[in-house]
Amino acid sequence: MRTKIPLLYAGLVVAAGLTVLPFIWVASGSLRGMADFQSDPGAWLPSALTLDNYAKLFRTAGFGGYLTNSLAVAALTVAGNVVGGALAGYALAKLEFRGKRIAFAAVLVALMMPFSATFVPQFMVTVNLGLIDTRLGVALPGLVLPISVFIVRQYAGSIPDELLEAARIDGAGELRIFRSVFLPLAGPALATTTIMSFLASWNSFIWPLIVAQQSATYTLPVGLAATRQAAQNVTDYGLVLAGAVVVMLPVLVVFGFLQRYFVQGIAATGLK
Amino acid sequence: MGTPRVRRTRSHSAIGWAFLLPFGIVFLLFTAVPIVASLATSLTDMRSTDLRTPLGVDFVGLANYLTLLGDDRFVRSVLNTVVFVVVGVPLTMLAGFVLALTLDSGIRRFRTTFRGLFYAPVVTNVVSVALIWQYAFNQNGTVNEVLAGLGFAGPNWLGDEHLAMPVVILLGIWRNFGTAMLLFLAGFQAVPESVIEAAAIDGAGPLRRLWSITIPLLMPTTLLVSVLLSVFFLQVFDEPYLLTGGGPLGSTESIALYTYDQFGFGNFGVSSAASYILLVFVVVFSAVQFRLLRPRS
Repeated sequence: MRTKIPLLYAGLVVAAGLTVLPFIWVASGSLRGMADFQSDPGAWLPSALTLDNYAKLFRTAGFGGYLTNSLAVAALTVAGNVVGGALAGYALAKLEFRGKRIAFAAVLVALMMPFSATFVPQFMVTVNLGLIDTRLGVALPGLVLPISVFIVRQYAGSIPDELLEAARIDGAGELRIFRSVFLPLAGPALATTTIMSFLASWNSFIWPLIVAQQSATYTLPVGLAATRQAAQNVTDYGLVLAGAVVVMLPVLVVFGFLQRYFVQGIAATGLK
Repeated sequence: MGTPRVRRTRSHSAIGWAFLLPFGIVFLLFTAVPIVASLATSLTDMRSTDLRTPLGVDFVGLANYLTLLGDDRFVRSVLNTVVFVVVGVPLTMLAGFVLALTLDSGIRRFRTTFRGLFYAPVVTNVVSVALIWQYAFNQNGTVNEVLAGLGFAGPNWLGDEHLAMPVVILLGIWRNFGTAMLLFLAGFQAVPESVIEAAAIDGAGPLRRLWSITIPLLMPTTLLVSVLLSVFFLQVFDEPYLLTGGGPLGSTESIALYTYDQFGFGNFGVSSAASYILLVFVVVFSAVQFRLLRPRS
């Protein structure tokens, strides 16, 4: 039994190395100058380290604006999902009302609906709301994700009814019970909701690509794709790779610290 | 006499629906209306120029669906999507299963670190990753550099009609095996240690125990993972869009990408019809997924 452990570790290290390779490659590439790339396009290590690419990214490539847009859209999305998800999830788990089954069916329908089947009408709705090329328009379809409702509902199911009943007998109103009894206990579910909705918003690509038509409303992924296209002619690889690092780093840092909640989110729901 | 009760039920219903209001508004505008509107649009000759007057378009019946069946490009995208699912799903599952098994074989130190590293691709932004892939599989890219070191002349991976697809699928696998791994790890918890120990005492070797006990007991998880990944690969869009744009010669175009392209050309009716065909597949797979999830939740 004991002897196979080193072998397992060897296997894991190799697999982890292959998984992480692209990350190392992009980080190293983002620190290379343009001349360095032209002399040896496929090299693994920079011949000289430089932060020029990052400076250029924010000074001339507009990444400051993209970052602001991404943060604004993420803030809206997280706020909407925490509030909307908590309210709906709680109601579906703990309140009795007519049409509850239909409401839960709506959550499931929203969960399984493929984006490609709805984006044309979603675009038409957004046009008619006058929200094309606005941050709100970018955030709107993801403002209360079904996964958030689902997570809170699953979690609320584990909170004993007696606690809520006791407050009800004391004469507390439903909103009061939600705020003072349920919310203080719902921390883990709200943490998972926050992380999942932040991730969905930060990594969202196609919808922002459709809605943000001018560079002033681009989010980071859209800005990165545009920068890549613009840099293709001048083969400014370093600039684009630095952009890639800026786009992926925040999520990886959050993930590194809060891995537990990501894992809980997946395990609790069986969904991505 | 009965009035107070009725009133209470009614106010209760009002409270319940009030809690659902934020979700309900978003659902109505961005799921319910689009599902109906998409179906309606697929039966019309709607184009991008009709955006502001969606009711002024002509009803064309099933003409868009017939156009699709006669469009070689659409048929190709359906076949490509089948390849994505049939090749991508088993390979992703295999990678996730092997890693979960290794992490569950009694190692303690760095287990969480390894799990985190293997899951990192799932949370990584796809535009960034696709960029890396593109540069790595370039004619002068890193992959060919490595091949040249071994004495081979590397091809132009993404520009080759036969090699582009494997590279695109590889990105799909890399982005998803972490999810499969996590779900398998959760599934292993349901396999009782005592059964495995009993088999070991009876003289069953490790491979035998894996084949005769772990794998059969893991069946519900395996089914769940396969359906989940199928739903993902059916809708595959980001990978071909970013790596190849569906090319070369349509060899990597998925149904979702075809839908998007038709939208870009302004053919909203045809685009909606294609998306509805995809929708039917996804809904069937998703319905199976929820059926599988029910006993666990």
